[in-house]
Amino acid sequence: MTESAVRPTPASPTPPGGHLLEVRDLHVEFRTGEGVAKVINGVSYHLDPGETLAVLGESGSGKSVTAQAVMGILDTPPAVIRSGQIRYRGRDLLTLPEEQRRQVRGKEIAMIFQDALSALNPVFPVGWQIGETLRHRAGMSRADARRRTVELMDLVRIPGAAGRLGDHPHQFSGGMRQRVMIAMALALDPKVLIADEPTTALDVTVQAQIMDLLADLRRDLDMAMILITHDLGVVAGVADRIAVMYAGRIVEHADVHALYRAPAHPYTKGLLASIPRLDVRGRELATIRGLPPNLMRIPTGCPFHPRCPYVQQVCVDVVPDDLVLADGRTSACHFAQEVHDDRAR
Amino acid sequence: MFRFVLRRLLQMVLAFFGTTLIVYALMFAGQGDPIQALAGERPVTPAQRAYLTEKFHLDRTGIGGFFYRYLDYLKNLLQGDLGQSLTGRSIGDILAAAWPVTVKLAVIAMAVTILFGVTAGVLAGIRRASLFDNATLVLTLLVLGIPTIVLAPLAQYLLGVRWPIFPPTAGADPDLWALLLPGIVLGSLSLATALRLTRTSVAENLRADYVRTARSKGLVRRRIIGVHVLRNSLIPVITFLGVELGNLMSGAIITEGVFNIPGVGFNLFRGIRTEDGPLVVGIVSVLVVVYLVANLVVDVLYAVLDPRIRYE
Repeated sequence: MTESAVRPTPASPTPPGGHLLEVRDLHVEFRTGEGVAKVINGVSYHLDPGETLAVLGESGSGKSVTAQAVMGILDTPPAVIRSGQIRYRGRDLLTLPEEQRRQVRGKEIAMIFQDALSALNPVFPVGWQIGETLRHRAGMSRADARRRTVELMDLVRIPGAAGRLGDHPHQFSGGMRQRVMIAMALALDPKVLIADEPTTALDVTVQAQIMDLLADLRRDLDMAMILITHDLGVVAGVADRIAVMYAGRIVEHADVHALYRAPAHPYTKGLLASIPRLDVRGRELATIRGLPPNLMRIPTGCPFHPRCPYVQQVCVDVVPDDLVLADGRTSACHFAQEVHDDRAR
Repeated sequence: MFRFVLRRLLQMVLAFFGTTLIVYALMFAGQGDPIQALAGERPVTPAQRAYLTEKFHLDRTGIGGFFYRYLDYLKNLLQGDLGQSLTGRSIGDILAAAWPVTVKLAVIAMAVTILFGVTAGVLAGIRRASLFDNATLVLTLLVLGIPTIVLAPLAQYLLGVRWPIFPPTAGADPDLWALLLPGIVLGSLSLATALRLTRTSVAENLRADYVRTARSKGLVRRRIIGVHVLRNSLIPVITFLGVELGNLMSGAIITEGVFNIPGVGFNLFRGIRTEDGPLVVGIVSVLVVVYLVANLVVDVLYAVLDPRIRYE
């Protein structure tokens, strides 16, 4: 093959102790008044200690729902987990009783959300909100929790942390608020941090700072991270692997460099082509034609076929399997190898 | 905050003068011969008429005379003298006797509202679309649909006369037991509103993003609802209760009338019925102050409860 397989590839064998976190063939539906929306249709991914997995996709592709299923914070109803497993350190979280499930939240797997302004409680001071986790989950005294809260706020580089404990969320700038959110998630030293579009609501310069902070923290605290985003630009510097989601399914799963160099799914190819580039000026920006599918009526065959430039009859009739390419990456496309080698018609 | 309170206090002074002027004007503009009204059925001799005309400055006529009398009244009012009613009793004494009764009634009504309305509202909000939720919906609609003028006599007949559980009327100097049924009737209306308001607020806050965050922190459900959701949901409810308490303090004309409770509303109604101008104006002047203060307290409370609100 054209690529040297230096980095561990997605199909690398399961390590002896099993993966740290593994989602297996997850199916989730939303039952609403208008019908059943099949939001997650067989998602599988895994995470090993210390690595960063980027989950990429448009809104409605199911990336956040998968993460919320992992956290166990999906609202059921309307959501129904039809089948699948979410294994953390070998235990299937979906079969655990709620009380044990709750123990995992925050302590083992923590999550930060897109809009920190609405994700933080508006009526409590931020020091109180960070300290709450320490007091009620770690059983710390008020004084200890306060000390640790200041440490955490220093850790996420909030200037003058001790003096801001009593401030409310609305008194912080967007970037500082997201740092508060991160400090709160780190309170119990989680092994996995799920960041759900952590920079989407922020200015571009602040976005870069937050991404740098997350990358540093992941390294220093030796966590594994799932980074959910719709922004390919955010992913490149941070992630080890990328899982691209479309219509509730992972359509391509690859090492980050391999994916950027040569995408093996037409959707990924379209996404990469639609990134504005400084070195190619004066040309119209490439777009992916059409709209994401209605999840109540997912197209037959390959769900991407109505928008795919390489569509063939087989794409309309047959749901593609995950094709494993020679270098271990996977692509849910009948013509994955051709797309990858840029030979597709 | 200090400047806000100061500005509001200044506005209150203006509002006070404005409302008393209007009430004063309306009450006395509608009256025929005030001296005859004072004397009632008895004839008035020319000497008595001349004396009273001078005493009440009725010799000054027209708009100038009206303002002279109004300012004279205000001067006395600011010195704490509410004057005398046409029956000759000091209005200050009447209020001193009536207010404790109204306050007791208001406290019972408020307790009923909070105890049942807010509690049921929280439960209905948590268990939206459950049997309990739907049952409270039907009940509150029923209560909201029946005006007090129907509800009060109905409760009096059913629970005071037909099945005599409660005393049907209160009478002079009533105790808490006698005020319980009227208090429940009075509270039922605010109870229904408080219930709907609480339910909506709780249901809305349960869907808020910060609840998802609290869950992902691994907090127990009891704490998420009892601390995070309630603290946010009760902001509009407490505001409503504050305004409602201000209303209740100013007496309930219908309820106090039906149950024969000698409270503020009862005396106010009697004043209106007997064209007792000084009594009506006196009571209303004090009610205006109560109402203005209650509103100020609610506004300040709102800022205390919701840190996002800053008055400047």
